[in-house]
Amino acid sequence: MTDRIPDGLRELLAHAAGEGHAPWRSLLKAGDWLLLLAVGVLVAASYPLLWRGGVADRAIVKRDGQLVTELALNVARKYEVTGAIGTTVIEVQPGRARVLSDPGPRQYCVQQGWLTRVNAVAICAPNHVTLQLTGRSGQNGAYDTLNY
Amino acid sequence: MVLMTPSTIELTVTEDDYRIARYAAAAIALSVAEAALPSPLPGIKPGLANIIVLVVLARHGWTDAAWVSLLRVVAGSLVIGQFLAPGFFLALAGALCSLGMLSLAQHLPPRYFGPVSASVLAAFAHIGGQLVLARVWLVPHDGVWYLLPLFATAALVFGTINGLVAARLLASPVVPKAEP
Repeated sequence: MTDRIPDGLRELLAHAAGEGHAPWRSLLKAGDWLLLLAVGVLVAASYPLLWRGGVADRAIVKRDGQLVTELALNVARKYEVTGAIGTTVIEVQPGRARVLSDPGPRQYCVQQGWLTRVNAVAICAPNHVTLQLTGRSGQNGAYDTLNY
Repeated sequence: MVLMTPSTIELTVTEDDYRIARYAAAAIALSVAEAALPSPLPGIKPGLANIIVLVVLARHGWTDAAWVSLLRVVAGSLVIGQFLAPGFFLALAGALCSLGMLSLAQHLPPRYFGPVSASVLAAFAHIGGQLVLARVWLVPHDGVWYLLPLFATAALVFGTINGLVAARLLASPVVPKAEP
């Protein structure tokens, strides 16, 4: 089988396989290794920082920035908040929460639908009501601050 | 027979121009070939043309590398039909940021840092520039940062591979062996 390969092609293959070349390892210098290590650590760290898991387990309802109630996300229930222009209805189901109805004219917070991620927030500005999810990772203070 | 009046514009073509054009042609060929590769996420590409930029940077300096890189962006997008499309501006932003990074990286002590470091640093500058442009212009929402880990991983992997290939090309003799 090897005999069938033309000489030119064999030479090309041998060249591609690295014949007559320094091994790949020798192409990396000490600083390169250090840099790759540092960058690798940073990249690995970016996953938990940006995709911080943390299952949402509580919904925080606020009116005018003041805490109204905290709802556990393990039982389905509805909660009514009276705000500046009427009543906002919050619906909670296991693992998620949403604004079911709101007297606001544009219904942005209602159309946002179900919130599932930690720190997701629905703001019903006309009624001064906000709904925010929070979770374990946020509660036990794994990070002091997070900036974007 | 075609009759032509002698051209009234004389463009003097220097040896430098030919050299840059040859390198740019290789870079354009690589970026066009790469455009045919399927990508799991728009924007994640090997960036093979950057191998040429790294080789030019090491052999002929930053100015030549900048010419080759920018010619590759403009001519490559013309060939693919992406000229002045969003992808073109993303590529341009990435190329400008990597060139900026390479202008700094070329001052790293050559005793400890090779083309791989330059390649990885440039790859991160590239995604940095692209993501900032995407955030400011194309996707004005902080959701683009959720893609950062993926882009960073791609930059690390492809930056390392491209740097290794460039290092190997630079380590091999400049003039290829003559065919027997």
